[in-house]
Amino acid sequence: MRKHTTAVALAAASALALAACSSAEPGNTGDGDGGGDTLTVGIKFDQPGLGLQKGAEYVGFDVDVAKYVAGKLGYDEDQIEFTEAVSANRETMLQNGDVDMIFATYSITDTRKEIVDFAGPYFVAGQDLLVAADDDSITGPEDLEGKNLCSVTGSTSAERIKDDYAEGVELVERPGYSECVSALASGAVDAVTTDDIILAGLAAAQEDPTVFKVVGNPFSEENYGVGLPKGSTDRCEEINTAITEMIDDGTWDELVATHTEGTGYTANAELNPPEPAACA
Amino acid sequence: MGDYLSGLWTVFETYNVLDAFWVNIQLTFWAGLFALALGTVLAIMRISPIASLRFVGTAYVNIIRNTPLTIIMTFMILALVFQLALELSSDLTTSFFRFAIVGLAIYHASFVCEAIRSGVNTVPLGQAEAARAIGLPFLDSARLVILPQAFRGAIAPLGSVLIALMKNSTVAAAASVTTETSSVMKVAIEFNPNYLLEIFGVFAIGWLILVIPVGLLTTWLSERLAVKR
Amino acid sequence: MSASVLFDAPGPRSRALTNLFNVLGALVFLALLGWVVYILQLKGQWSWTLWGPVFGSEFWLYYVWPGLQNTLRSAAFATVGAVVFGVVFGMGRLARNRLLRTASGAVVEFFRAMPVLLLMIFLNLAFARLMPQVEDRPFLAVVVALILYNGSVIAELVRSGVLNLPRGQGEAGLSVGLTEGQTLRSIQLPQALVAMLPALLSQLVVVLKDSALGQIIAYPELLRSVQRFASGNNNPLQALLVAAALFIVINWLLTVLAHRLARRLSSRTAGATRVVQTEAAVLPGGAATGVDGPDDGGPRPTAEP
Repeated sequence: MRKHTTAVALAAASALALAACSSAEPGNTGDGDGGGDTLTVGIKFDQPGLGLQKGAEYVGFDVDVAKYVAGKLGYDEDQIEFTEAVSANRETMLQNGDVDMIFATYSITDTRKEIVDFAGPYFVAGQDLLVAADDDSITGPEDLEGKNLCSVTGSTSAERIKDDYAEGVELVERPGYSECVSALASGAVDAVTTDDIILAGLAAAQEDPTVFKVVGNPFSEENYGVGLPKGSTDRCEEINTAITEMIDDGTWDELVATHTEGTGYTANAELNPPEPAACA
Repeated sequence: MGDYLSGLWTVFETYNVLDAFWVNIQLTFWAGLFALALGTVLAIMRISPIASLRFVGTAYVNIIRNTPLTIIMTFMILALVFQLALELSSDLTTSFFRFAIVGLAIYHASFVCEAIRSGVNTVPLGQAEAARAIGLPFLDSARLVILPQAFRGAIAPLGSVLIALMKNSTVAAAASVTTETSSVMKVAIEFNPNYLLEIFGVFAIGWLILVIPVGLLTTWLSERLAVKR
Repeated sequence: MSASVLFDAPGPRSRALTNLFNVLGALVFLALLGWVVYILQLKGQWSWTLWGPVFGSEFWLYYVWPGLQNTLRSAAFATVGAVVFGVVFGMGRLARNRLLRTASGAVVEFFRAMPVLLLMIFLNLAFARLMPQVEDRPFLAVVVALILYNGSVIAELVRSGVLNLPRGQGEAGLSVGLTEGQTLRSIQLPQALVAMLPALLSQLVVVLKDSALGQIIAYPELLRSVQRFASGNNNPLQALLVAAALFIVINWLLTVLAHRLARRLSSRTAGATRVVQTEAAVLPGGAATGVDGPDDGGPRPTAEP
């Protein structure tokens, strides 16, 4: 018995060693020199539909917008270096020059504007709910009374619902949206909450994109901007021009459609596509 | 100075440190009880005459002991609550709390088992031989002769497991228990970064108050109760 | 004590009874397993769309391997740091200078009483506030928290290791004219360290397991890395199971290694090598407790039973 298990363990260990030999470093170790021939762009790595690492590739709406804008700024796709910008680190990464710009579901707020610059917005999202497609009992945050709601750890979006809409909602915090979605799929929770386009991306990532639906009753306004280091007015204007062009030539519509395909999601038409705000 | 103190006061009015510690104490108490029961059963299995029971006991200890507690806690939620749809309460928050207890108990039972086995090793061979010689079957000799002495010899390692369990109860955070000390401290500091050291200091003192007496008590107990040989 | 002195060789009746219970036990186990498999089937958790990605090269190359590297990197730094910390403070606790002894003792007892997770979360937030220019703050928080805690445990191992050497070792040093400090450094400490090696290996298991706490502060170690993969493939449970299996295999190999080492080293030192039992009792978040080794897990003036 003992000999046998040792052999299995050794086989597993050598399989690991093999994996080690054939592995290539993923391109996420940006040294962040910020300049020269490459453009370092901060994105999310774990949000399907927006910014997702898929092997050595990065896919999603944010990624594609970043590629488009970078193209207009004169960078080829292979000159872009993507690096992970976790929500909590975004301002710091810009301040330290770890990244040149950030496309990571980055809402423009007054507090943030004090320490970083924003180009855009390139998308206006709103907090919404993801529910099972056949669930008609939830049409807005008020309906969550007595229901179970999942959100990711450290986000204040679920608290907002508890404070403003439904006091009796039962909050579940998990470290990743995939866990929330699997809880929704199995019926352990009734809804998942965050920005609508993120929810649409999660729904689109399902094998069958029609099992969930975004309720479509957003109750906040999140202006996704391009984060830039303080004092980048020139670059901000260049980016705004690129965003306007992207909206005018139809790429924007196409990208939103591609990344939420099959979910029946449409961006809030009153606010989208947005007009980039003037650079400070 | 007045501002500073009133600010600090507000922090601890908003975040009730005692409540947070109470959660850890409850987690420890219940998980400790279950872990002791399960661990004792495992220990008996591991010294029992039945090969299959020994195998199960050994496999349990080897697997659980080598798994990070974070993974066990995540597993409790992902597999048991989300997929198998098990419920320990109709209220989800209470359910998470109870699953955290189960996770802590499952993990620490393997260490309780090893602690008791180490206690069994302090019992001289002659005791077991004497038990057999007067015709006691296995369960009786374990129950009447071996285990009572083994527990007394295992107090020190069991105390260590208890202290580890107390501290590990913070990992309930991975099972969505957000009211325990480490989660409360995190939120308190995030919203009041000016009081970084003060907040940590208060929680640290709380842990010292909780852990050190248990350490001293088990040392005292193990010296008092050890079977003198 | 070997188990066999506890019971007689089973006779034909008890053998039959044992077999009966084995069969019954196996049936109960199978029934339970079947129920789990069935429920998971109902929830669609056996679907190849969820399992397939876990066997794809993308998962292993871009998620498991980088995650494993981060886990091993933090564990390696933490272990080296903890040994240095442990030797320094262990010697501090053996120092003749009373002040030094008390101060070392206070530091060691403080960090042994702190939950590693609490320490990790605090350090992560403290680094963000005090040195935002450092990029790899979660990594630092994980490593420093592990060093402080495990270093304190090792300090205790060092102290008890030296105290448990036969008296003759220290006396011999003194009698050939070495000072107490020289005796400690050149005779007692080296032997204590050799005797500690197996315990250190088991401590490495503790470090590896605790490094998974880094997941909670978003350090991209193995667990978090596979969870990131799961967010693109909707298979958090499958990814979790793979991470768990990897941790178990690695830690189990380390445990086996610790026992081999303990057996080999016993002739090299006058001290007792720690992991002497066939099972090293690695205390949860605590020190290695060989059956006759130092117990740990809490502040306790006398480490030896």
